Amino acid sequence: MSDNNIIQEKPTLTAIERQYILLTQNGLPIIEKPYHHIADQMEMSVAAVLALTNDLLDRGVIRRIAAVPNHYKLGYLYNGMTVWDIDDEQAEKFGDAVGRLPFVSHCYLRPRHLPQWNYNLFAMVHGKTPEAIAKYRGQIKELLKEVLVTRNHDLSQDFMTKSNDMLTSTAILKKTGLRLKR
Amino acid sequence: MDNTTLSSSTANKTADKTTTNVMNTATNNEKICHEVAELSALDKSLINLLQHGVPVCERPFEQIANELNSTEAEVIRHLNELKESRVLSRFGPMFDAVYLGGAFTLAALAVPDEDFDQVTEQVNSFEQIAHNYRRTHRFNMWFVIATEEADEIERVITAIEEKTGLSVLNTPKLKEFYVGLYLPV
Repeated sequence: MSDNNIIQEKPTLTAIERQYILLTQNGLPIIEKPYHHIADQMEMSVAAVLALTNDLLDRGVIRRIAAVPNHYKLGYLYNGMTVWDIDDEQAEKFGDAVGRLPFVSHCYLRPRHLPQWNYNLFAMVHGKTPEAIAKYRGQIKELLKEVLVTRNHDLSQDFMTKSNDMLTSTAILKKTGLRLKR
Repeated sequence: MDNTTLSSSTANKTADKTTTNVMNTATNNEKICHEVAELSALDKSLINLLQHGVPVCERPFEQIANELNSTEAEVIRHLNELKESRVLSRFGPMFDAVYLGGAFTLAALAVPDEDFDQVTEQVNSFEQIAHNYRRTHRFNMWFVIATEEADEIERVITAIEEKTGLSVLNTPKLKEFYVGLYLPV
């Protein structure tokens, strides 16, 4: 399966940018002047830290500076990993549209592994009830209806090949965070 | 879950030696049940507003307070409480994981039910496994492998296959789309 791996180019960051990431990847302090706190630690002016922050935002290194709620504590108890077998030619256009739906938290194109796995688009949905995530799946299906692929059943396999599915999680087996190493 | 942005990272104070995959290991088979938080009107407004992003300026909470007809002190107090009670799992810059170095993939196994606990232990024993979820499908175990170098991914996959005797479905991301997740309260 290694031929499907895409080696991502490693974007280079300056020493100052790396220091900024190391100082803020665990979050900004919730105090009156959070950037003063960063500026003190980096021995830079506050203006320079704000400029650096804006530059990182413009370049997409920082996606946004925001609060991330815990889904579960807000009552979003249900999630579904919806998976779709869509026309490769149209995949980027439709993947982009699915990602913009407000209830989708992650959206990726991934490789198929036929015949075991025919889905190339993954979209994670979150809702407060099982009915909600079923409805969201339906909304995505509506959006993708023209590009869904229908495959003939492979008689050598003991499972049916469908154009889409939703995998719900029944247990967290392990959960860690991701961090920049020094 | 399988995000390679840092949106699911729980906040930890500075770790001495930051690595790609060491924080907050949850216990095996943690069932998904959580207490839903009780929130004040200000809490709800803050959660709704701050998911979209906060302004980059010297006193961002003063600006937010003005927008919500509150005071800077109240906003700061409520946000700190929301963070302590883990209603907010994070506040700050969300970095594109590509810039944090390391390599990631989402992978799955089709585990026979009777072997599930044993295979869970085997898979979780690799420190490179960042997240692991049980899911409703023939492929019933889905995990994120996070490594420092790209070629280590293949080695971990081979090692998992040797240890479990099962074939790993490897689905690295080919393209990531911008997401507009918004969880209104």
